[in-house]
Amino acid sequence: MKIAVCVKQVPEGNSRIDPGTKRLDRSGEGALNGFDANAVEEALRLRDATGEGEVVLVSLGPAKAQDVLRKALAMGADRAVHVSDETAGGSDLVATSYALAKALEREGADLILFGQQAADSDGAVLWAAVADRLRLPVVSQAAELTHAGGKLTIKRQTEFGYDVIEAPLPAVVAVSDAINEPRYPSLKGIMGAKSKPQETLSLAELEIEPERAGEPGSRTEVYALSDPPARADSRKIDDDGNAAQAILDFLAEKRLV
Amino acid sequence: MDFDLTQDQREIQALTREFARAEIDPHAAEWDREHHFPRELYGRLAELGLMGVCVPEEYGGGGADFLSYILVLEELSRADAGVGVTVAVHTSAATLPLLAYGTDEQKSRFVPPLARGEQLGAFALTEAEAGSDAGALRTRAEAAGDGWTITGAKQWITNGRHAGTFILFARTDPEIAGARGVSAFILDAEHVRVTRDEEKLGLNSSATNDIVVEGARIGRDRLLHEENRGFRVAMGTLDGGRIGIAAQALGIAQAGYEVAREYAAERRAFGHRIGDFQAIQHKLADMSMEIDATRLLVYRAAWLKQQGRRHTEEGAKAKLFASEMARRQTAEAIQILGGYGYTKEFPVERYYRDAKITEIYEGTSEIQRLVIARSILGMTERSLVVR
Repeated sequence: MKIAVCVKQVPEGNSRIDPGTKRLDRSGEGALNGFDANAVEEALRLRDATGEGEVVLVSLGPAKAQDVLRKALAMGADRAVHVSDETAGGSDLVATSYALAKALEREGADLILFGQQAADSDGAVLWAAVADRLRLPVVSQAAELTHAGGKLTIKRQTEFGYDVIEAPLPAVVAVSDAINEPRYPSLKGIMGAKSKPQETLSLAELEIEPERAGEPGSRTEVYALSDPPARADSRKIDDDGNAAQAILDFLAEKRLV
Repeated sequence: MDFDLTQDQREIQALTREFARAEIDPHAAEWDREHHFPRELYGRLAELGLMGVCVPEEYGGGGADFLSYILVLEELSRADAGVGVTVAVHTSAATLPLLAYGTDEQKSRFVPPLARGEQLGAFALTEAEAGSDAGALRTRAEAAGDGWTITGAKQWITNGRHAGTFILFARTDPEIAGARGVSAFILDAEHVRVTRDEEKLGLNSSATNDIVVEGARIGRDRLLHEENRGFRVAMGTLDGGRIGIAAQALGIAQAGYEVAREYAAERRAFGHRIGDFQAIQHKLADMSMEIDATRLLVYRAAWLKQQGRRHTEEGAKAKLFASEMARRQTAEAIQILGGYGYTKEFPVERYYRDAKITEIYEGTSEIQRLVIARSILGMTERSLVVR
């Protein structure tokens, strides 16, 4: 089975939005998005369970996103495709899903895995957009994934329990962090990663028209950014020895106790 | 000149940092309190390839360079200096001398189990009356058939209770006093009996033991390097080992600095964060500067070693500066945390206890100054032999 895993580099720690460009500030340290690490792990397990197949990483991002591809290769993935192009900067969901779909079309994988959301934008919808463009079935919130007899069985996490869903291949699956515990890359993996095939593709090489990438290809625009409003209705109680009573009175007044 | 780490080095550093943060740091306080040697951890480090970082792949190692190994020690020590010393002794003092001085047969036989982490290594030089003055060794190796019978007692042997392979030093020629007449041997756990677990000020997650060898019979295949040339093995090993201990001190200081900086940004006094006060700012500035300076000294020494160049003086400078800096700056970290710093609620008192040993083992600060002085005065040959 050929498995493609879409991975994203996210800023390490808290994300910050650059007020000038209104884009995410990617200048600091980057890390492999946590949910994507789960997706890579699941792909490696599926491959290793049968002892055959290939795990291909696909990422859209600036040159330094190479680091997360290297990390996922060090974990054990076989090959990486990095779509990197200046004109792709500022791509929203529409433009990003288009570029990824183009790269994935070229791969023709049996299974396409995503982490369910990225730690920076928390959109949790890219996989659906990509699946729609590729006209493939999609299952999200996967907490368990088994492959047998040419089809997938997925346990989907819901608010109240699990749905068990079957899907034919090829399919797109977005995994949750409940699905596995991602492995650490090993030293051997790190040393071996640089000799694995890594391809960098421009948008032109994927035959993506400039007007369908970056800001021109995006259908959303950020007009303004502002801090969330301060919480209203808060009251500060100084403890003069009666604070507990004052808090209790306040809760009683609001009928919360 | 290039101050950037290579891609491999950065990734190995990131891997170790991530692992240490998630799997070691959360347990370090408990291991310290319970004096627990985390035996299972070394199996996990071995799976990641961190028990033989700079050992060539053909001998079961990771095939990375020496600086990568130093980065690993720094990151491990940042989480738990006891783990740092266990890996440092295992690698620098047991595995690397086998590679440097062993025959091809010895290398293929003894190195892979160590590099793959199936066994821990130990270095048995020190005795009750022979520490820095390693020439005063009393452990004897008497010629017997085509080999030797070894008898003696060693102390302060890191990993002693858990090691499968020992590099042990014994006197082969009783007629020659001092350093000449000492040979290095490769012993297995069954040649050795552990007689005591040392109680220490710090490094409580590491094992330090007294061991005895009681008439162990060994063949010529277990002589490391030439007969009566063991002192050279010991000194060569310590030259490189020092860089590892310098990295350990660096990691401890870095950990102390991070706790202190975070605390200074949160703790409030007189209506301000204490980090707003110049007295605290100056402490943090000094810490940061001295840690930076140490890092440059340590990485330079490691770089020289991996280039195959002389590093005796530079290693001694790195170790001396790093250890004194770590002791001083972990004390300052306690000072910044005030009363909390003195309690076990925060890790800085552990860092302080752990830092102190770095001024003592792998050559005391006094010996490092001797090494540096002899080097800069052009008296490098057998620099530790006091006549």
